[in-house]
Amino acid sequence: MAKKAAKKAAPKTAPKTSAPAKRAKAEDQSSNLYEGMVPVARLKDKDTYRHIVSILVDNEAGVLARVIGMIAGRGYNIESLTVCEVDRERGLSRINLATLGTHQIIEQVKAQLGRLVPVHVVRDLTDDGPSVARELALVKVGGVGDKRVEALRIGDIFRANVVDSSTQSFVFEVVGTTEKVDAFIELMKPLGLVEVSRTGVAAIARGAAGIEKK
Amino acid sequence: MAAQAASKAPRVKADAAPSEELFVGARIILKALEEQGVEVVFGYPGGAVLPIYDELFKQNRIRHVLVRHEQGAVHAAEGYARSTGKVGCVLVTSGPGATNAVTGLMDALMDSIPVVCLTGQVPTHLIGNDAFQEADTVGITRPCTKHNYLVKDANLLAQTIHEAFYVARSGRPGPVVVDLPKDVCMAMGHYTTAPRGTQRKQHKTYQPKTKPEASAVAAAVALMASAKRPLFYTGGGIINSGPKASALLRELVELTGFPITSTLMGLGAYPAAGDKWLGMLGMHGTYEANLAMHGCDVMINIGARFDDRITGNLKFFSPDSKKIHVDIDASSINKNVIVEIPVIGDCTVVLEEMIALWKAKRYQADQKALKAWLRQIAEWQGRDCLYYEQKGKLIKPQYAIQRLYELTKNRETYITTEVGQHQMWAAQFYRFEHPNRWLTSGGLGTMGYGLPAANGVQMAHPDALVVDIAGEASIMMNIQELSTAVQYRLPVKVFIINNQYMGMVRQWQELLHGSRYSESYSEALPDFVKLAEAFGCVGMRVSDPAKMDDTINEMISVNRPVVCDVMVDPKENCFPMIPSGKAHNEMILGSDKTGKAITGEGLALV
Repeated sequence: MAKKAAKKAAPKTAPKTSAPAKRAKAEDQSSNLYEGMVPVARLKDKDTYRHIVSILVDNEAGVLARVIGMIAGRGYNIESLTVCEVDRERGLSRINLATLGTHQIIEQVKAQLGRLVPVHVVRDLTDDGPSVARELALVKVGGVGDKRVEALRIGDIFRANVVDSSTQSFVFEVVGTTEKVDAFIELMKPLGLVEVSRTGVAAIARGAAGIEKK
Repeated sequence: MAAQAASKAPRVKADAAPSEELFVGARIILKALEEQGVEVVFGYPGGAVLPIYDELFKQNRIRHVLVRHEQGAVHAAEGYARSTGKVGCVLVTSGPGATNAVTGLMDALMDSIPVVCLTGQVPTHLIGNDAFQEADTVGITRPCTKHNYLVKDANLLAQTIHEAFYVARSGRPGPVVVDLPKDVCMAMGHYTTAPRGTQRKQHKTYQPKTKPEASAVAAAVALMASAKRPLFYTGGGIINSGPKASALLRELVELTGFPITSTLMGLGAYPAAGDKWLGMLGMHGTYEANLAMHGCDVMINIGARFDDRITGNLKFFSPDSKKIHVDIDASSINKNVIVEIPVIGDCTVVLEEMIALWKAKRYQADQKALKAWLRQIAEWQGRDCLYYEQKGKLIKPQYAIQRLYELTKNRETYITTEVGQHQMWAAQFYRFEHPNRWLTSGGLGTMGYGLPAANGVQMAHPDALVVDIAGEASIMMNIQELSTAVQYRLPVKVFIINNQYMGMVRQWQELLHGSRYSESYSEALPDFVKLAEAFGCVGMRVSDPAKMDDTINEMISVNRPVVCDVMVDPKENCFPMIPSGKAHNEMILGSDKTGKAITGEGLALV
């Protein structure tokens, strides 16, 4: 039910998440000179896609400013951004960037990130095989009576935890894909949605290999 | 997440352990510069860098050139770097010192010139307090440098400066800023030597790829061999890669027999006297070069970046060609133009591999097709697109530059320029046979670049002839650097093409804005002869075409800085020209009617 709601809510021009199967069809395989080279047909595709790019950087002064300054300065899009230190010993932080653009733009974003000096690795989690992506949202819903009961019931369906409660409100903690969180928020709107705080996407590739080894 | 930055070690692994001995920070800075082979620093003192200037005073291994404006310091370092292949070095103070350097830094970034700029900073405990002459230098220079650093620990000074030089010169070169708080320069710390030998490349994150994928080179060479209408399109990347790249390019052109054109930044990589040379391409490029770009079937871009001055309207850019793009910077690939064969690597390495493969596979160009192609090009050349007539009593600007070329071509001559019509005429009429002899602000288009750059070149090549081909408007932007030339006895020649207009602005106003010359007339110009004399230079003026040669000869013979004011025809425009928004095959020539050249979308383009 939740999924249906999400689909309905999404505008028709919603950006696509590029699925490997669909891509393979459009690509001119013969033009692949080496691993990682992007085929011309794909670069000429004018459709917009949503990509999640993970960046491993040195945790040093101004590194975040460097990354987002480059992206803003070149007019690329930032849908969501998460940053946190992930390896204290080596002083590494991981930035997860959800961005929108044509394949050509996404390739540019990656190449521009790749040449920043404190950047260790840039990985396109949307293109480089399967990955999981989650975000967490705190959703405050106010109301009494039936609406309050309904909010709690839907929260249950979404496996959302209630982390704060008053007689007139709940704060739900909901974890999931961006689509799931969107859907939950959409459903809460008629039930007295007060405000939302979201973390943005944290993502990681499936399988045994880490980001530094493909 | 930025909190613990100050204590982080730089990413270059140190070869040796830090020295036992303690040095004062400023001394460590100079030791590091010495170790990096710095011979000249272009700079300007101020409160925050006093400790460094004090150390400079106590030594004589590094020469300091006192500029008259910090922008001039960076341009001088660019001139030094571009004419020698070394990293240029700049030293300026905090606040206004650093902000004045910003234009130069951006210029170096756009044209990929290796420069290390040391900026003073207020003491660490005052950072963020709006202290006197404080500016967030690292924040301000982040988008106009390749990388920048703020050093908060004297023990990290040496390593950081070594890393700065490594970053500036490696991969696609560029400017690097090292911000140095005053207390760090005065604190005691240990010195660390630069990484050597095998350790040199062991930078933790920044390891630009110089060796291309073999499969990419193979595909590129195979495509070249199958070409019917091939064309080399080369750029500043060849110059940056070093003189060997130019030599290899000449060999590859010879081997294949393909015609070649170059961007503004790449002039000199292939000799203008070479028989395959088509001249510069782009907005003010030659008819034959632009039509060849439009009509080629295989384009071999080596070290150029499909800049908008080159491509014109992307929709119509070289529609029938397959494109090879050799670049050391992966972000240049597919940025403006989508290419079939990207080759990421250093020009020298790629050219070497291309030549070796071409020979090994015994490739031969399709001689019949190539002959027809060259015949077609010869036909275009027959149009003589740079034709002008020197008649009447006014000196044509083209004539002035052509005579300058003829009278200086047999010596070691370096040409710098400012920005505008004179720059384009210089690119069209001065013929370069060698790399590193041509210095101009290509990407940023910085008026005021030429004179300080000439000073930097002359510092590196004291016996060479260095001429700044200038415009009367541009030269005023950094005229104060004449004083630097005089102080250091740098016999640079400022050759002003004086048409009493900001010529390129006026040309665009004529073509785009109904000849409404809004603010483009150079009102209230100084008397350049008197001005030269006031600075202690030699001043000359010429307005008679018959005296052009004598004036140039006299200018060359004087072993002092000279300002030569060449009064030229104020109405002359720079052609050929691809109007903005148009394609290569829609260029206008000097003889054409230009009334409605630019319409619609083109009006909004620069």
